[in-house]
Amino acid sequence: MNAPKPLAAGQRMSHLDTLEAEAIHIIREVAAEFERPVMLYSIGKDSSVMLHLARKAFSPSPPPFPLLHVDTTWKFKAMYAFRDQIAEAAGMELIVHINQQGVDQGVGPFTHGSRVHTDIMKTQALKQALSQYGFDAAFGGARRDEERSRAKERVFSFRDRHHGWDPKNQRPELWNLYNGRVHKGESIRVFPLSNWTELDIWQYIHAENIPMVPLYFAAERPVVERDGMLLMVDDERLPLKPGEQPQMKSVRFRTLGCYPLTGAVESSASTLLEVIEETISVRHSERQGRAIDKDAGASMEDKKRQGYF
Amino acid sequence: MSIEQILEQHGQKDLLRFITCGSVDDGKSTLIGRLLFDSKQVYEDQLSAVERDSRKWGTQGDAADLALLVDGLQSEREQGITIDVSYRFFATARRKFIIADTPGHEQYTRNMATGASTAQAAVILIDARHGLQLQTRRHSFIVSLLGIRQVVVAINKMDLVNYEQARFEAICEDYRRFASKLDIETIHFLPVVALHGDNITRASEHMDWFQGEPLLTLLESLPVSAQRSDAPFRLPVQYVNRHSADFRGFAGTISSGQIRQGDRLMVMPSGRQSEVARILGASGDVTEAHAGQSITLTLADEIDISRGDVLARPDDKPRVADALDARVVWMVDQPMLPGRQYDIKLGTCTLAATPQLIHHRIDVNTLEHQHAEQLDLNEIALVRWQLGRPAAFDAYSELAGTGSFVVIDRVSNLTVGAGMIVRPVTDSLADKSQNVVWHEHKIAKSQRARQKSQRPAVLWFTGLSGAGKSSVANALEQALFQRGHHSYLLDGDNVRHGLNRDLGFTDEDRVENIRRIGEVARLMADAGLVVLSAFISPFRADRAMVRELMEPGEFVEIYVHASLETCENRDPKGLYAKARAGTIRHFTGIDSPYEAPEKPEVVLDTEKLSIEESVDELLDYLRKRQILV
Repeated sequence: MNAPKPLAAGQRMSHLDTLEAEAIHIIREVAAEFERPVMLYSIGKDSSVMLHLARKAFSPSPPPFPLLHVDTTWKFKAMYAFRDQIAEAAGMELIVHINQQGVDQGVGPFTHGSRVHTDIMKTQALKQALSQYGFDAAFGGARRDEERSRAKERVFSFRDRHHGWDPKNQRPELWNLYNGRVHKGESIRVFPLSNWTELDIWQYIHAENIPMVPLYFAAERPVVERDGMLLMVDDERLPLKPGEQPQMKSVRFRTLGCYPLTGAVESSASTLLEVIEETISVRHSERQGRAIDKDAGASMEDKKRQGYF
Repeated sequence: MSIEQILEQHGQKDLLRFITCGSVDDGKSTLIGRLLFDSKQVYEDQLSAVERDSRKWGTQGDAADLALLVDGLQSEREQGITIDVSYRFFATARRKFIIADTPGHEQYTRNMATGASTAQAAVILIDARHGLQLQTRRHSFIVSLLGIRQVVVAINKMDLVNYEQARFEAICEDYRRFASKLDIETIHFLPVVALHGDNITRASEHMDWFQGEPLLTLLESLPVSAQRSDAPFRLPVQYVNRHSADFRGFAGTISSGQIRQGDRLMVMPSGRQSEVARILGASGDVTEAHAGQSITLTLADEIDISRGDVLARPDDKPRVADALDARVVWMVDQPMLPGRQYDIKLGTCTLAATPQLIHHRIDVNTLEHQHAEQLDLNEIALVRWQLGRPAAFDAYSELAGTGSFVVIDRVSNLTVGAGMIVRPVTDSLADKSQNVVWHEHKIAKSQRARQKSQRPAVLWFTGLSGAGKSSVANALEQALFQRGHHSYLLDGDNVRHGLNRDLGFTDEDRVENIRRIGEVARLMADAGLVVLSAFISPFRADRAMVRELMEPGEFVEIYVHASLETCENRDPKGLYAKARAGTIRHFTGIDSPYEAPEKPEVVLDTEKLSIEESVDELLDYLRKRQILV
């Protein structure tokens, strides 16, 4: 136990203090009100922050719920190693769910395209896992500033029996009074980081010294350029087109997903401070590196209606 | 500036949450789009998406329609309106902001209330061409209802009124007059052109006559609601952390005040006491903590505490009661019906609650109090709730964190309403049996009445000040006494100075005043008396509430009528003069409404009848009704 730190009376809170306290409140509220909550863990930076907050919320106990990783089997190798290490350090049960039917049918981003792959291996897999384990609440690390349709997402976001979201029929959410009532089979997606921005996330990682997957930091990596996106050749499953030669470039990732669907950015930012510096000056929003958002202006809204996080 | 310095600066920023409100065409989305765009919060790819969308849905020709940055959902873009609350984020060098963007249509009162519930300030848009609209009044009322004390009135589209200062000033004046009826502490006025950015992030080239700061600078300087340092400590217990045999922590977010190690605490509603042993903040042990922080406390003694309890200091505790009056915003199509059981979530405490009666509905456009039997979607009312068990809470106006609740439908699980507590109805003492049962008297009401040769009744005189209520009631009582009847006159002199000494003249206090008088009148009627009551009692709903308390036929509503002009000329206590001069506020007939009875039992026109004639008429009526035998 550390020596007690005094706090000046009536001390003003910085915005990060406020966001941290709000997120901890939300996480505790779920633990108190739900029978079987779970925390989605995607290995990315937002997940890492969310897990860190969960550990704070219940200290000195470990968080009273398991972690769930929906594995599309196409994540970067570095992500798997990091995942197992983090779950052990948190003292939490880690549930890894893979859509076995999808695997049996050989579904993958190259054979079936990004839309089918994401749907079968991610959206359907997530629904399978939630139903199979009977989770009535699932934490996700989504933020309202990420994408337009997310700006209207509730902190406690109701999902029907089919895990669907109805944006026009959401429960009003007032003060910090969250309504977690569900009937059997229905569930709530919970977003403790709703009010955080990307810069807040980075700043918090910096302030709290939260461990991150090395992929966020620039390094020489083998990449090919396709449709304006830099794809990392993470394993032999990436089919090279005629004439395509992987090139070593100093790149990093602003967001992590399936490696064939996640574009790298050329960068020399190899430390956290350099990454943050790059983030502050960046003029492109972070989901831009993800192929799945590009179809149409409201594509994310359609996916969310169907159960995507 | 190095990255460390930038982070240092960013780390120092505080957070201001504000709500924007305006009607459909006031340019609200454009204003927000402009704030985001000018403070460089728009990424290039978002802008190109907007440019693409502008061609499809935009309203600005070939120029990018900044409103599309803000209007999120497909269905909204198709309709060209914002239908839900959406949250936007931006930061300046000094401050981080969260905007709750809410729709302007009347049917979206609930969304505005939602957005306002977490806001510390409100930006209200007015179209300079149209001035104050019904919506402006409604938005301002909701803002005031939800307890927002800082309002910025942005008068938009100044370019369409030739940047005229006179037009701006006239709208400001209108607004000030209207807002004097509301509970808003500070109002700032700004002339803006959201479309072009005038007075948004930079001063306008077209309005030299305006000396104030542009909107963004103003938003950077508004105080972030600093709670009084002497605010009472409240910790609604959220979660009990049972780590080990020697660690039982009570986790929650401090909703007000501060706490130190060693402080004595009382658990409400049980009333048990202990001392703070440890305080765990977000980053380990601390010696003290304050409002807004999420903490875990351990106590020196092992006492029974569970989720839903409130920790407070023994000398400054919340109220504990099993009934309360609260203003309620109804949020679903299915109406709120008195008598139906709901659940409410009050802080961290969820319990059964039944609306017992609707004191009055408040018209969000005119602020009038109306009688209501049920509450429909987007309606607001003062409602009495009976709770399933005693709970600890405060008045919303004093401590919003322990004074607010949401109403949950037990069948559909939907959030159907939001409540702001005005007062407890009965204080039940902590640590004591809560069951006060109506004692069954051995002597029946009818026996008491027979003994007195009369039937009990409540003669309720209502009318404007100066209409003659007290004069007639006094004269009638003398006449009753001379005839050997047993009566008692309740009036301002014997009630306001004693029983209702703690009440003022706000609308809530007036309601409570009448409620108490009604209860006293009921006890006296139960004792067999003919009760005379002479109060202005301006609201129909309140008189209806008293009528409900009595047995059928016992309540006699007597409308003592004289025109406002006559009353003002009579002005027996000089009150009209004071009200006109502005030294008294909320004076019935002047700046507070009088709702005339719809079906009074008796009407006395004191412009035509003398006091004696009025008394004769009443005695006739009472004999005819066999109240006097």
